[in-house]
Amino acid sequence: MKSHTISILVENRPGVLSRVAGLFTRRGFNIESLAVGTCEEPGMSRITAVVIADDEIIEQVKKQLNKLINVIKVIDITDTEHVAREIALIKVAAEPGASRAEVMQLADNFRARIIDVGTRSVILEMTGDTSKIDALVQLLCPYGIKELVRTGKIAMPRGLKTISPKK
Amino acid sequence: MKSGAKILIESLLHEGVDTIFGYPGGTVLPIYDELYDSPLRHILVRHEQAAVHAADGYARASGRVGVCLATSGPGACNLVTGIATAYMDSVPLVAITGQVPTTLLGNDAFQESDITGITLPITKHSYLVNKASELRSSVHEAFYIAGTGRMGPVLIDLPKDVQTDLVADTEPVPDKIVIRGYQPTVQGHPKQIERAVSMITAAERPVIYAGGGVIASGGSAELIRLAETQMIPVTTTLMALGAIPAHHPMNLGMLGMHGTQSANYAVTECDLLIAVGARFDDRVTGRLESFAPNAQIIHIDIDPAEIGKNKPVTLPIVGDVKQVLTEINLKLTENRVGGSWNDRLAVWKQQSIPSGGKDNGLLLPQFVVKTLSDILGDEGVIVTEVGQNQMWAAQYYAFSRPRQWITSGGLGTMGYGFPAAIGASMACPDKTVVDIAGDGSIQMNIQELATVVQFNIPVKIMILNNQYLGMVRQWQELFYDRRYSYTEMSAVDFVAIAKAYGVPGICVTDPADVKDAIQQSLDYDGPFLLDFRIEREENVMPMVPAGAAINEMILEDKR
Repeated sequence: MKSHTISILVENRPGVLSRVAGLFTRRGFNIESLAVGTCEEPGMSRITAVVIADDEIIEQVKKQLNKLINVIKVIDITDTEHVAREIALIKVAAEPGASRAEVMQLADNFRARIIDVGTRSVILEMTGDTSKIDALVQLLCPYGIKELVRTGKIAMPRGLKTISPKK
Repeated sequence: MKSGAKILIESLLHEGVDTIFGYPGGTVLPIYDELYDSPLRHILVRHEQAAVHAADGYARASGRVGVCLATSGPGACNLVTGIATAYMDSVPLVAITGQVPTTLLGNDAFQESDITGITLPITKHSYLVNKASELRSSVHEAFYIAGTGRMGPVLIDLPKDVQTDLVADTEPVPDKIVIRGYQPTVQGHPKQIERAVSMITAAERPVIYAGGGVIASGGSAELIRLAETQMIPVTTTLMALGAIPAHHPMNLGMLGMHGTQSANYAVTECDLLIAVGARFDDRVTGRLESFAPNAQIIHIDIDPAEIGKNKPVTLPIVGDVKQVLTEINLKLTENRVGGSWNDRLAVWKQQSIPSGGKDNGLLLPQFVVKTLSDILGDEGVIVTEVGQNQMWAAQYYAFSRPRQWITSGGLGTMGYGFPAAIGASMACPDKTVVDIAGDGSIQMNIQELATVVQFNIPVKIMILNNQYLGMVRQWQELFYDRRYSYTEMSAVDFVAIAKAYGVPGICVTDPADVKDAIQQSLDYDGPFLLDFRIEREENVMPMVPAGAAINEMILEDKR
């Protein structure tokens, strides 16, 4: 089983997210992450789903998604040249002193930004691919992660190739 | 200015609807007020579940989109089983439900339920219409989606204020609609069709496995042509009975769990399986690895998601069955003569003619169905409940044409038959519609006796009464050491019940009376009930145990 990144272009109609999410549940597909937002076309949204499954299952996922009336286009970009990013906000315990300095050093090494400094904690904003965020999270664990929020992966093919429907 | 309710009725008429099945309630009052003097025929059922099954039966018998109507909350929820039934069997249906006013939506208002949410996984699509001005286009889209591509149920949820709001009448909707995310592939890919033709030409032991898609697409004649010109034997699923006449020399009968020996052996031995509008359901395939183990598979289906879902295929062709078969037939210019494969099948077929129950003085269900088939033949439309009654009807009635056979295949919904028979009878007033029932199933919607009386719908009910939930009992007998846990049902005087509703009936206990009783019910102008007290522990045979290969059949009762 491998991790597949699927980009889904949908019409912004009531219930479209339930339809997509419900389909994953009903057919027993495992979603790793799901990111939704508006896109370059008015009235449309793009969903990026990361699904861990065998190739045949992914084929079913794509076909079943395509059957939804409000789904315009589905592509698996896993094997296409693409860029992928995810944002994580990490609130980590950082008492003033040595540990705070270490946390800030780690953030610097990973090119994460400190976006909030409290008396006993800081919030880091990290943008990167999933594995890089995983690595930072792991390194921050010993200091005490108080809260972690991740957007889920978003992705886009490189070059001129797009995942927009043909005009 | 027009109200939403008026626009709805006009839209239904515009779609060519003549009959709807429904049950009134608080949130559909404006619609019922418009129905009062509309030309639409409305059949008042006695339970919303019957409305949706009747619309389903209407759709299957006529090939048109069936329509049902229910109020919000409990009314809408009572449609759920019927919508799921239609979804599993790809039946074109538009279910219209009332909803609490938009101002109350989400407030747990009286009789509010999120029916679009509840039915999300069992509808092809659904609409919660928020504005009366959008109603006309939503209805038009709903009918288009329900009745094209792989057909299925579409739900339209209508808040009460949308029904009463007055809007400037919108332009009539153009007949041609384009929905961006819905463009079913109808034409098969020419390259794939060419490959299919060469595979068919090269095959030594081909078999056609025909499913409900053949009926839905109206491709029966094309199927028969392919079978006849290429001498390819055909086996049909439960859903495709009637796609090729029962007595056609190329017809091997039904395959699968209660299929014929010849069909199951043929599929096991074939070198080319041509699956046409079928979906490799577990009741058909048995153990998947042993299903057509030596065959290349061509799979023709309008739904790309069915291809390769359960079984990898050699050649997929996405398209409408009728269109694709027409193209294949056009390219198959040379007829083929039968060879040793056809001879082998002829022998199997000879061996697998069902015995139809032994002549030992007992009243056997197979004999009842055969007698009905002999008397009614082509004139009948046979609707069934679910269980043993359904399988005996499938095995022993000789179907000769598409849409002559109406049954809940995928979902296996008990209580489906009687209301579906009502719908079928409304769709085919010139045909005799018979519901072959069990004593369990009939009691799931027996209240519809009131409906057939009120609207004089001449449905004939034939109960194969063994005072058991027979199919479950059969499994208990075979696989649970005869421990009949809660499958025995106390005797019911069905004739008296029918009489109380105003339906005449006869109870039959002697095989010698079967023919006369059936004749009497068919001669009667109106609904009629027959209660056949059949041999109680008769089993449906042959049978493939769940999870076994389809050639591992139990052929006869040990008893």
